[in-house]
Amino acid sequence: MIRVAHLTKEFRVHRRDAGLAAAVRSLFRRRYDTVTAVRDLCVEIVPGERVGFLGPNGAGKTTTLKVLAGLLHPTGGEVRVLGHVPQRREPDFLRQITLVMGQKQQLLWDLPPADTFELNRAVYSVPEADFRVRRDEIVELLGIGDTMRKPTRQLSLGERMKCELCAALLHGPRVLFLDEPTIGLDVSMQHTVREFIRVTNERHGSTVLLTSHYMVDVLALCPRVIVIDRGRLCFDGRLEELVRSARPEKRIVVKLERPVERADLEAIGHVVRHDAAVAVLQVGNASLREAMARLLAGLPVADLTVEDPPLEEVMRDLFAREAGAAGADADGTGGPGGGSAEGPEEGEGDE
Amino acid sequence: MSRGPSSLAITLRAFPTLLRVGFADAVAYRAEMVVWMLTTTMPLVNLALWHTAAAGGPIAGFGQTQLTAYFLASFIVRQLTGCWVVWEMNFEIRTGRLSQRLLRPVSPLAGYMAENLAALPLRVLLSLPMALVLAFVVGGREFSHDPAIWLMVVLALCLAWLIIFFSMAILGTLALYLESSSSLWFMWQGLFFAFSGYLFPLPFLEAHAPRLFHALHGLPFYYQSGFPLELMLGRHDRAAALHYLGIEACWALGLGLLLAVVWRAGVKRWNAYGA
Repeated sequence: MIRVAHLTKEFRVHRRDAGLAAAVRSLFRRRYDTVTAVRDLCVEIVPGERVGFLGPNGAGKTTTLKVLAGLLHPTGGEVRVLGHVPQRREPDFLRQITLVMGQKQQLLWDLPPADTFELNRAVYSVPEADFRVRRDEIVELLGIGDTMRKPTRQLSLGERMKCELCAALLHGPRVLFLDEPTIGLDVSMQHTVREFIRVTNERHGSTVLLTSHYMVDVLALCPRVIVIDRGRLCFDGRLEELVRSARPEKRIVVKLERPVERADLEAIGHVVRHDAAVAVLQVGNASLREAMARLLAGLPVADLTVEDPPLEEVMRDLFAREAGAAGADADGTGGPGGGSAEGPEEGEGDE
Repeated sequence: MSRGPSSLAITLRAFPTLLRVGFADAVAYRAEMVVWMLTTTMPLVNLALWHTAAAGGPIAGFGQTQLTAYFLASFIVRQLTGCWVVWEMNFEIRTGRLSQRLLRPVSPLAGYMAENLAALPLRVLLSLPMALVLAFVVGGREFSHDPAIWLMVVLALCLAWLIIFFSMAILGTLALYLESSSSLWFMWQGLFFAFSGYLFPLPFLEAHAPRLFHALHGLPFYYQSGFPLELMLGRHDRAAALHYLGIEACWALGLGLLLAVVWRAGVKRWNAYGA
């Protein structure tokens, strides 16, 4: 069980302008801003769930994952993961979780991944027999039998990511925090990684909290989504509900027997795409039946399907709406500097 | 809920594997490793300088042969007590890589320790030719012939390694408080050069600055270099050696405790930027 109650995380960030003069000034007088990365977030996730954690860049997703994994101390609120307070980083807690960051690696750069696997076996106290079974299962699922014996530095990005996943899951964690696990991978590799995550969840009942900018990851894996923007919770529920609430519309994809006039289509709904063979119309949920009836009755329809709008568009609409609301909110998040809600990317320390 | 083994128990069980993997990592770039170790040239430079200076006669009881023994032994001590953890910590804290260590149920400090210790076999190998040169050039008469003293040399070297590792790790941890602590390390290293017996044998000070000479025996720097090699050279009897070993052990323990405090507080400030 993951329970997040009124989580707030603030960062104190050194700000200075570009240029030599600003650099010299900052030697004598430093200016700090407080950036609120996560504000009053409340979420509960039950064991075995696969949850998509969505939001635009700087929304506070990664910061939240880092708090849940025990890397960051919350500024306020309460967090429990598997009954543990994450920031205490008790060994019993760390043995039951994993955090995979698509842009960071734990593999030892100059050694083959097999050495990192062996290292993890030791530090996570995995019995030798269990280790072999798990490693062989993961190696087979990901197809990395040969890869794991080559030095990490000589692996392709996709091979490395698959080995990262293997290293992160060898200890059989009950909770998987996955931060952009498919970033930079080609379509086929993304599919492999997605399938692996799904199989791991189904076989072992592990809880998955996934952030990704690839909506196809979320569609394929996550029945439930949590959306945050500027550190605030925007939505928590089933994916279909999100689509329904953000975009109460459907798309009708029509295959045409012969070309038709655009005006004929516009009379029925908003035309998203129109060419000689295919037309895509967007209509409100309430007028869907009527639109379909008019299409079938009045146009040379060879085939017709009804779809939800693409999730990317739904998210874009949602974030645009939230940004508008935040702009109107005098107490908007982002701190005095009005910067990103996400933790800053580089640098450390604040003195 | 069932509780697993403690962090210490996990660390102790995992330590042999950490060492093994650390060794594999250390020898991944064999040539670079050897070249890097060979850059410890300062004792040899000092040897050349002081050897020339002593051409006119012994300095504070150190003739040319004694100085040769002193600085070649200094090279060996430096090899056997070498650490680089302060650089590793500064890099990993600045780039956010420390997060990966913090996610594991073994203290990152244990990981750093294992990686630094894992390079020791290579350093011992490299020290062997120098020891042979030493034996050939100055013979055995410049060294202690007391087996008990040699046992204490081993202990003194272990404690010296711990003092160096702990002080480096403390300064490395300060990167959690400051933007970077490399400059603090340079300052500390400057004090080490001046007060450890690394640049010149501390007995040089005995006649001209006796207070400073005695005060330096109370600081950790002397135990990082001067004390172990003075033991090798038979410059302390058993009683004096035990006395200094006691002070050395206190420094190792004190710095270890200080590291634990600084680390515990520092990790709370970790912002995991860039990670």
